Amino acid sequence: MLSTAGCGLSLPEAGYGLEAPVQHHRFSPYTFNGGTVLAIAGEDFCIVASDTRLSEGYSIHSRDSPKCYKLTERTVIGCTGFHGDCLTLTKIIEARLKMYKHSNNKTMTTGAIAAMLSTILYSRRFFPYYVYNIIGGLDEEGKGAVYSFDPVGSYERDNFKAGGSASAMLQPLLDNQIGFKNMQNVEHVPLTLEKALQLVKDVFISAAERDVYTGDALKICIVTKDGIKEQTIQLRKD
Amino acid sequence: MALASVLRAELAEFSPNFPKNFPKNFPKNFPEDFPDDSEGIPEILRDPPGPPRVLAAPPWGFEAEPEGPGLQILHGTTTLAFKTPHGVTVAVDSRATAGSYIASQSVRKVLPIGGRMLGTMAGGAADCAFWQRLVARQCRVQELRNKEPVSVAAASKLLANLVYQYKGLGLSLGTMLCGWDKRGPGLYYVDSEGQRVAGAAFAVGSGSSYAYGVLDRGLAAAARSEEAACELARRAIAQAAHRDAYSGGCVRVMHVGPEGWREVSHHDIAELQDKYLEA
Repeated sequence: MLSTAGCGLSLPEAGYGLEAPVQHHRFSPYTFNGGTVLAIAGEDFCIVASDTRLSEGYSIHSRDSPKCYKLTERTVIGCTGFHGDCLTLTKIIEARLKMYKHSNNKTMTTGAIAAMLSTILYSRRFFPYYVYNIIGGLDEEGKGAVYSFDPVGSYERDNFKAGGSASAMLQPLLDNQIGFKNMQNVEHVPLTLEKALQLVKDVFISAAERDVYTGDALKICIVTKDGIKEQTIQLRKD
Repeated sequence: MALASVLRAELAEFSPNFPKNFPKNFPKNFPEDFPDDSEGIPEILRDPPGPPRVLAAPPWGFEAEPEGPGLQILHGTTTLAFKTPHGVTVAVDSRATAGSYIASQSVRKVLPIGGRMLGTMAGGAADCAFWQRLVARQCRVQELRNKEPVSVAAASKLLANLVYQYKGLGLSLGTMLCGWDKRGPGLYYVDSEGQRVAGAAFAVGSGSSYAYGVLDRGLAAAARSEEAACELARRAIAQAAHRDAYSGGCVRVMHVGPEGWREVSHHDIAELQDKYLEA
């Protein structure tokens, strides 16, 4: 790649192997702040939930730092990863939403926001935003839509997705309970709002048990055609 | 430059006097007239002096993928395509992995480029999706200008030249462009190393060796009919999914013929394996 700036230290090249290994401490522009986000799309609703713990290493910076950001009346985004990039990215998205509103005299639809976010993320292909995004909202027909992203902009529409530090724990549970994967002779009932909410609370309680970066409180944003409602539920604070 | 001009709206975030108040210690070959809004010259004819590394990489130099507790980008896996007298048969799996985590089992790895061409995805998911979307846009513009559908050779050359500018910077792209143009079925393999090869059959991705094993054995027989070709493609992907940990999900088989492309079938690999392992 381009000039990777050397640290100025030289390795013991043809040494006698008696020196201790030299520690190279490069500055890293990234850090990992933890957090988990989950989004579930229903027939006429969408739920985006996140925990509110902000950590770094062994410390907790804040117990009240939710990761869901409201974008429009119909769309919520959840961002986890590096908090600095999350903040900048949401600022950029909000600015672009305003620009679109001023040029086109309409609010961006959920699908359009997803496509735009993909190009915003890809514009930083060689110095990525260290953010795992999940967009949840209603599409133009009023059905729930969830779009999940990778840090450089690859995206896909799903019915449900978990992202962040406990995603590998939550996703299999959701695959089983909502996607009915690996279950036989089970009736595929469509998901109701009440059942989805209960499931979200249960999975986050489980995640808080087993993931150090998840806990403190759970913030749930429920997107329906009547707007966005919020709920906060307490989780383990240890 | 291609990247910058597409993302012009993003550049609006910088101040209006962008070129003038830019720091003085930037590379000397940085273009004077950037960003350029003139629509007179077609984008693909404007020779860019180099990729806009300055936009993306910090001045102290940085690896494409830093060591973090996991900045993992999605990678794709086994895809194949081969020509038959009826057209081009394309088959892909649908697993996307981020490190060893399976991020998704339902990724669409076939990207339409207009109504008559398909591009496959292997390597970095975002890279493939982004550059093929860009190529699809340029193909459409070219079709409107020339009043003729763009040929597979031309589209593949557009893609190859675009990604060649970023050679060495860490793009990961292994794609096959499949289509039907005035010369008949067309199949090109293009990758981020700069390769662009025409051929009769390709398998790309981590599971490609396993797919070749099944594919090469049945190619002669597959030329007989479209169903035989699709069945061969399906078996090859199922075999690759069986042996390669990074391939799986479902098999999607598509066909590109003189009338355009269409999806032939879509099967979950778990069901296929029950069927094939017995036989």
